[in-house]
Amino acid sequence: MIGVGKISGAGALSGAAWREFRKAPFTAQFGLAVIVFYILVAVFAPFLTPYAESEIVGSEFEVWGGDFPLGTDNLGRDMLTRLIYGARNTVGIAFVTTLLAFLLGGGGGIMAAVLGGWPDQVLSRVVDVLMSIPQLIFAMLLLTIFGTSIPVLILVIGVLDSTRVFRIARAVSVNVVVMDFIESARLRGEGVPWITLREVLPNIMPPLVAEFGLRFCFVFLTISSLSFLGLGLQPPTADWGSMVRDNATLITFGDITPLLPAAAIAILTIAVNFVVDWFLHKTSGLKDEH
Amino acid sequence: MNDIARMLAQRLSLGLLTLFAVSLIIFLGVSLLPGDAAQAMLGQSATPETVAALRKRMGLDEPAYIRYFTWLGGILRGDFGISIANEREISELIAGRFANTIFLALMAAVISVPIALTLGILAALYRNGFFDRTVNVVTLSSISTPEFFVAYILLLVFAVNLPWFPSLSSVNPDMPFFQRVYVCMLPAATLTLVVVAHMMRMTRAAIINLLASPYIEMAALKGIPRGKIITRHALPNAWAPIINVIVINLAYLIVGVVVVEVVFVYPGLGQQLVDSVQRRDLPVVQACCLIFAATYVLLNLTADILAILTNPRLLHPK
Amino acid sequence: MSTDKKPLLEMRGLRIEGFSDEEWHQIVKGVDVKLHRGEVLGLIGESGAGKSTIGIAAMGYAKPGCRINGGSVHFDGIDLTAASEEEKRKLRGSRIAYVAQSAAASFNPAHKLIEQFAETVVEHGVGTRDEAHADAKDLYAKIKMPDPEQIGFRYPHQVSGGQLQRAMTAMALSCRPDLLIFDEPTTALDVTTQIEVLVTMRDIVEQFNCAAIYITHDLAVVAQMADKIMVLRYGETVEEADTRKMLSAPEEEYTKSLWAVRSFRKQQAAPPPEPTPLVRVDNVTAAYGPVTVLHEVSFEVHRGHTVAVVGESGSGKSTTARVITGLLPPRKGDVYYDGTRYPRDYRKRNKEQLRQAQMIYQMADTAVNPRHKIREIIGRPLQFYLGMEGAEKERRLRELMEMIEMEPDKFLDRLPAELSGGQKQRICIARALAAEPAFIICDEVTSALDQLVAEGILKLLDRLQRELNLAYMFITHDLATVQAIADEVIVMLEGRIVEQGPKDQIFAPPYHKYTDLLLSSVPEMDPDWMDNVLQERKKKGGMEAAGN
Repeated sequence: MIGVGKISGAGALSGAAWREFRKAPFTAQFGLAVIVFYILVAVFAPFLTPYAESEIVGSEFEVWGGDFPLGTDNLGRDMLTRLIYGARNTVGIAFVTTLLAFLLGGGGGIMAAVLGGWPDQVLSRVVDVLMSIPQLIFAMLLLTIFGTSIPVLILVIGVLDSTRVFRIARAVSVNVVVMDFIESARLRGEGVPWITLREVLPNIMPPLVAEFGLRFCFVFLTISSLSFLGLGLQPPTADWGSMVRDNATLITFGDITPLLPAAAIAILTIAVNFVVDWFLHKTSGLKDEH
Repeated sequence: MNDIARMLAQRLSLGLLTLFAVSLIIFLGVSLLPGDAAQAMLGQSATPETVAALRKRMGLDEPAYIRYFTWLGGILRGDFGISIANEREISELIAGRFANTIFLALMAAVISVPIALTLGILAALYRNGFFDRTVNVVTLSSISTPEFFVAYILLLVFAVNLPWFPSLSSVNPDMPFFQRVYVCMLPAATLTLVVVAHMMRMTRAAIINLLASPYIEMAALKGIPRGKIITRHALPNAWAPIINVIVINLAYLIVGVVVVEVVFVYPGLGQQLVDSVQRRDLPVVQACCLIFAATYVLLNLTADILAILTNPRLLHPK
Repeated sequence: MSTDKKPLLEMRGLRIEGFSDEEWHQIVKGVDVKLHRGEVLGLIGESGAGKSTIGIAAMGYAKPGCRINGGSVHFDGIDLTAASEEEKRKLRGSRIAYVAQSAAASFNPAHKLIEQFAETVVEHGVGTRDEAHADAKDLYAKIKMPDPEQIGFRYPHQVSGGQLQRAMTAMALSCRPDLLIFDEPTTALDVTTQIEVLVTMRDIVEQFNCAAIYITHDLAVVAQMADKIMVLRYGETVEEADTRKMLSAPEEEYTKSLWAVRSFRKQQAAPPPEPTPLVRVDNVTAAYGPVTVLHEVSFEVHRGHTVAVVGESGSGKSTTARVITGLLPPRKGDVYYDGTRYPRDYRKRNKEQLRQAQMIYQMADTAVNPRHKIREIIGRPLQFYLGMEGAEKERRLRELMEMIEMEPDKFLDRLPAELSGGQKQRICIARALAAEPAFIICDEVTSALDQLVAEGILKLLDRLQRELNLAYMFITHDLATVQAIADEVIVMLEGRIVEQGPKDQIFAPPYHKYTDLLLSSVPEMDPDWMDNVLQERKKKGGMEAAGN
């Protein structure tokens, strides 16, 4: 397992991390290994692939084997190559989008909790309205209006998803903001930046980190669904969602090749969910038993 | 009962306000576009004069707020305007499709709600046991899987390898009920698999939360048998969270149908939306989005209202 | 009470462990309990002593996440550690009944009180639903609940806390059990309500000749209720004796120290007041939204003095503190520091004004940021108010740690979670001192602490007051604390000051009517206290009735 070797060799700090890993349940170990594997594939994509990302190297829908271990797609591009590049594109974009959602939603949520009063009311009501429109539908509307390019995609999904981050960030912050040490900081005369960054943020990191994993999965699935519907990443960029769509006809012939990118998506989200599940159990408060 | 009446009134007016805001967002979003429907319908080659004429005919030369209220007024009378792509009445185009979508979503709900509630309650009662752990891993995996993956696997197994069900779920208005159910089996099963996982996890969490209440422990210390603790002490307080879980997932189903409809080429509203988005048929996109959003808002509103109505503290005010 | 008879309840070498942080920890480490019919045993100890766990084990029950892992529990000849769930279930509620700490949480919100009463009766086949209803009304009348015919048909949230606790006691009696377990049943109640509930419970135990286990951390309460007392610490028995003997002649050092806590008194009298009071609250009226919670409150605090503000929950004592600090700007009236009027809202006060008044909170746990090291917690005011940096700050940090009697080298780089409750409260005191204030508001600073630790904090505060000439405003519901540290006392009720003046004057006759009620409701260590109070009140009631 590549992931295991990577973690054990990660340097001085890794001793404790390694012990935690050994203690973790099997599902979490599996999840961590998968995540590390995906990251490595995404980073080293050009060195792992025999062909270029959008290079047409054979005829359409060639079978597995020979020069093309997983055959070719509907345009005659190497399936394996596109799968590997897909890791880079789909995962990368989902990651950047989640980051954006956290900067916007996380920042907004903590601020709303700290400020209280009308800024909280206004922000919360705006978020309520935005969240009352189903996200996928809203995304489709916006992508129709603004067109489908990668920056627009990131922006639209990032902003829409930030509403959910806002909700959770606000909810956990509100629990912290009522604590006496916040009152104490206010009475000391501390400003909003200090209270937000130094008093509240360190106390809500565990739930936020867990939420990051869950949001990433959600964003990742949303982008994949949009791509599958033809509204996400546009050709010739290799992307798992659109790869399923482009090659779906094969399924009616009993060929599982189009399911590979879908499986790639599923395995990563399952892995992240397993790790988050374990993390939630470790960082108390969200445990459901004593 | 004043408290309840006040809370219901509050919640209802908030719901209406949300619907209004949603319609405004959908309308404004589209009017942000460079060019307009007239331009889009006639294409780039049209002369400015013909565009202007059509614009006048469609009322596009009016100021935005008048157009908004005309649009909204039309919708309230059931008139969604005209499709750019084929110049047909939108209401005509989508009425049957919306019914199809509702049929599919309801069918999935009828299958999934009993399964999810049973599994959720069992997992909560025997939590941390083998059953619970297994269900946890399975549902976690199921939640993490894109809908189209589940859909294609079902299609591969039950339509291609074992030709039990049709791979294309084409329905028409004259189809007998059971034939329709048969044709919709695979898409409904896909939706069920995805939504059961969500619903079951939420049910489990709600029940565990409930079982941790001191009055449940008190009932055990009063010597009440376990079965009666569940039916007499847990259940009356569980309605609100359970209803909430069901309704939230119904809302989720309505949205989830989009992808599934595309996979099985099911003539529903989702399919229509995707087609229209690709053709940039804005009036239809607007209409579909509004219908989806309104259904979603109304379902959430229902959940809140039911939660208020089942809260014992509110039902028996001081 | 004969000891040769077979005991009703006998626990031998009871061991219970609990699962937390992925490990099993021993909570109860081999405790023996013997209880005969008609006897009341008081289990007393500080938090974490395992008293509730032992009490509930008498029903053969362990809380979720706990298990009995040694010893035996025999109830009337039945071995509960070996009995099947079904056998134990049949005993619970019918022969052994439980009264929980929080009645509000322990009644099911979905059912009427009387139905929850009847449920046990019907379940155990003791009677029909109608018989149970009749019996409930009877019992409600016996324990003097208002409107006994109708009150049972209310839902739990429609009844006040004290009444709910009594209804729960009645419910425990529904099957006329042989053994009652009272698990801190009055801890959540105000003192004036507590005495009523205590009387109810004691009468019930006497009338029905039950045996009972009474669990509490309050010595004075247990003195009223129990025939014999068992002192617990860290899951082990410290000593056990008859109540009177235990109170008059405790043998173990630990018990003696518990008994001694209440005798602490301020070391020296306050200095004579200066002409300008340090803090003057002038005719303040304050409200939360439409609800007025303070009515025309005025008082003064002088340099070097301690003003204790007493009252029950909802009396407005904490609100007064919020007005002084500016967290709740008053509708009317003002707060003056050293003769200067301060802005009503803390956000409009400048750093220097904010520095003057510091605050120490009830829950030290939530008053310090759990993610900051002690060095940062105490260092921040030094840096923020006084601009201290580097070596100067370090030197001052160490000085402050010495002042609160904690070793700088050992504690400065720890996180709050690595400290005990008392140590955390000391850190809060140091943080307040770091601002070099003249005035400190102490909001119930000792009520979350065990008695020994609380006394340490009071001693520390007293010493610091003498050394630094500090003025304290001491908010508390505990009159023993007031006796210990106050110079002046303010008694509050429903947002108004009912009486204020020097401590000796307030706590000596003639009493104000409410102060009298408050004072007479505070349990004392004398086992005859409750009887005396009841007689006293009956006499006065008679006099008043005659007077009318």
